[in-house]
Amino acid sequence: MERIPILRIGSLLLVTIQVDLYDDLALQLQDDLSTRIAELGATGVLIDISALEIVDSFIGRTLANIAAIARVLDAETVVVGMQPAVAITLVELGMSLPGIRTALNVDLGMEYLRQAATGGDGVGTDHYAE
Amino acid sequence: METVSEQIITRSEILPIRTQIDLVHVRQRVRTWLSEERFTLIDQTKIVTAASELARNALEHGGGGQMEMSLLAVGARKGIRLKFSDQGPGIVDIAMALKDGYTTAGGMGLGLGGSKRLMSEFDIQSSPGAGTVVTVTRWK
Repeated sequence: MERIPILRIGSLLLVTIQVDLYDDLALQLQDDLSTRIAELGATGVLIDISALEIVDSFIGRTLANIAAIARVLDAETVVVGMQPAVAITLVELGMSLPGIRTALNVDLGMEYLRQAATGGDGVGTDHYAE
Repeated sequence: METVSEQIITRSEILPIRTQIDLVHVRQRVRTWLSEERFTLIDQTKIVTAASELARNALEHGGGGQMEMSLLAVGARKGIRLKFSDQGPGIVDIAMALKDGYTTAGGMGLGLGGSKRLMSEFDIQSSPGAGTVVTVTRWK
């Protein structure tokens, strides 16, 4: 079966989606990422969707699931590069992707993940909120 | 005397919706048409997304079906109409099915309501046992 490649950079995993995502391929990515995070003890996952021309509710839900699974496995996820037309459409569709951290591009996404891994930024500080 | 422009179908095509790969073809074909007809990028994205949602509904809930895509012209105005038909179990409560968050298949429940918001016109015909036909139109 076709698979989306997952690259490793240090303790981070990088995925660039450059094909038309059909549903089973998206689910395969979810499974593969979960496995790789656990195997490698990855601290962060970066998903570049700049080549995706649409994000429908199924793809949106899969991205949210990946972020949720990664969090349970002690890894942060950041989705980068969403096209403005895709963002407008997603919000109109009724999906604002709560629970998904986004960044405008790969550089900013990597910076966020590196800070998150070293305990910088605001990550993990919400236990002070009470 | 005032002339009323008639709605003319200038182009038409039928695509099957039987597999997940068909969903990808539906998205690509709609995108190609919209690009050829010079719809704006935002319109293209909204219409292709609505098509993806409705095609998935026909596949998941209706057991498959087809999409008929037509290019419309009323005078100088152009539009695209997408008609999704399936022979599935039909919808008992259409008003409920249109509500955000209502789902019978474990999805987000955004397909119908969301598609309605993304398009200019939305029509749904369904009754239990008689399948479902959803017709959406967006004008340029």
